[in-house]
Amino acid sequence: MAHFTKATSLHDWLNQRLAIDAVRRVMATEYWIPKDINFLWAMGMVLAITFAFLLVSGIFLLMYYQPNVKTAFDSVNYTIMTEVDFGWLWRHVHGVAASVVFLVIYIHMFTGIYYGSYKKGREMIWLSGMLLFVTFSAEAFSGYMLPWGQMSYWAGMVITNIFSLGDLHLNGLVEWIRGDYVPAQAFLNRFFMLHVLLLPLAIMGLIGLHFATLRIPHVNNQEGEEFDFEAEAEKYKKGDKKGSKVIAFANDFMSKDMFVVSIYLIFFFYLVFFHYDFAMDPVNFDPADGLKTPTHIYPEWYFLWSYEILRPFSTNIGLMAFGFAQVIYMLLPFLDRSPNAVPAHKRGAFKIWFWLLLINMIVLTAMGKMPPEGIFSTIGFFAALSFIGLWIALPIITKAERKL
Amino acid sequence: MTDKNRRGFIGKAFGAVAGVGAVASLYAMKKSWDPLPSVKAAGFTTLDMSGYKGNELITEKWRGKPVFVLKYTPEMVASLNDEQKKRVLKIGSDTYMIVLGLCTHLGCIPGYNPAEKAFLCACHGGTYDVTGNVTKAPPPRGLDIPPFKIVGNTIVLGEEGEEYKKLLADGITLSV
Repeated sequence: MAHFTKATSLHDWLNQRLAIDAVRRVMATEYWIPKDINFLWAMGMVLAITFAFLLVSGIFLLMYYQPNVKTAFDSVNYTIMTEVDFGWLWRHVHGVAASVVFLVIYIHMFTGIYYGSYKKGREMIWLSGMLLFVTFSAEAFSGYMLPWGQMSYWAGMVITNIFSLGDLHLNGLVEWIRGDYVPAQAFLNRFFMLHVLLLPLAIMGLIGLHFATLRIPHVNNQEGEEFDFEAEAEKYKKGDKKGSKVIAFANDFMSKDMFVVSIYLIFFFYLVFFHYDFAMDPVNFDPADGLKTPTHIYPEWYFLWSYEILRPFSTNIGLMAFGFAQVIYMLLPFLDRSPNAVPAHKRGAFKIWFWLLLINMIVLTAMGKMPPEGIFSTIGFFAALSFIGLWIALPIITKAERKL
Repeated sequence: MTDKNRRGFIGKAFGAVAGVGAVASLYAMKKSWDPLPSVKAAGFTTLDMSGYKGNELITEKWRGKPVFVLKYTPEMVASLNDEQKKRVLKIGSDTYMIVLGLCTHLGCIPGYNPAEKAFLCACHGGTYDVTGNVTKAPPPRGLDIPPFKIVGNTIVLGEEGEEYKKLLADGITLSV
């Protein structure tokens, strides 16, 4: 039997049983963050908060949503939207957060790319982050099925058809995924399960892993400067807060983090209250109909760039290009051959590569929304080729980079 | 036996039990995701061919999927080339196109333009001719022909008749 003494306070009682002081020290007051950072370093917290909003709004939606092909549409558009008090609030928070979370994920990703935060011991941060991106994508897609409108049905049809893998013609696999010849009851039910249980569990596990990957290499800083965190932490603890290059995660860094979060939340709730419609496709307000394709199908904005890489080619080549786009970001730490882990503006050709990639992603996104005709087809085709070209060029230009 | 051997044995025994259990559970999980027997049993549709009009596309439903039925007018029949003739069905004295109305690219429903006698898939811009042959990528092949059996002046979708087996053997369509 372990030895316990009579507690002097509730704090002491808990501390003897759960070591709360040690936990607080490890997780907050002695977890060190570099000082030389900017507001882009707050995106992780912005994402965590947005995920919390998704979780809470999702719990309330879950109480009235019915995963049945006959009642799903009405349970969302009638019950939740008109009968449930503040049902509209949960739906709009959920829809807007699902869209905005991808905007912040992209900012978070491109911040990492710009500052080289995927290199020299930070590879696991990048890889776990990309796994989160993939699970968030699956979560967004499965959630998009649930209102069972026209876009839900046809997105479900098109995306599950991708698994027939073109000329491999794996119809059996597609029917297995759907549990039917077409998206129907079995399909809606299993995607409901994925959306509310399996994928959120995976996301929460991966968020834990993502935080853990930061622990040893620590957060990067604006100059990519390498320094001894232990020594800087000692300085800070001795009272030389000004001379130290680090601050404590809580409450010092957190206070700044939460300030950025509050600005973000003003923007977020502005969207929720006044511009929620951008996250609500009008076509999805028609109930699912397996005998009528909407005239123009497109995914939500955050999938447009990879959709545009699929679209301009014939099926098999399109699928290969699409597969390439899905995995290539994952490989970034290994494709960047340069020894320098510094911001792009110090890296010559890589700086140009970074901005070209960003512009390329925006062009692909814009073209993905356009109908596949005439000039848009042509621009989309060349943008898709440039995307592949840029990634092929990456190892070459970074290999040629001079060591700083 | 030494302690090490004993633990090694226990470890291997557990590994064997867990391995069998894992494979068995994966099998059960896979089978639970299969389409249900009731879903598979509802896979037949019979069409009476007497009501269709020339050059008017009618969409029927089979296994939840749209099936295009297009009766050709005598002029349309006359304009078919040899390649196109392979894809059409003769039922009684009339000629029809009967295909799955799902684009072979990613499964959108193409629209029919009776004036141009052609199909356009709005999703990714693929086009098909009046018999469902591809005329513009991305679709990799013509519209698939569902399994059918001609019985007098009716056609049973979902059953594989002689004519359908011949189309399959000739590579005109893939099994769907």
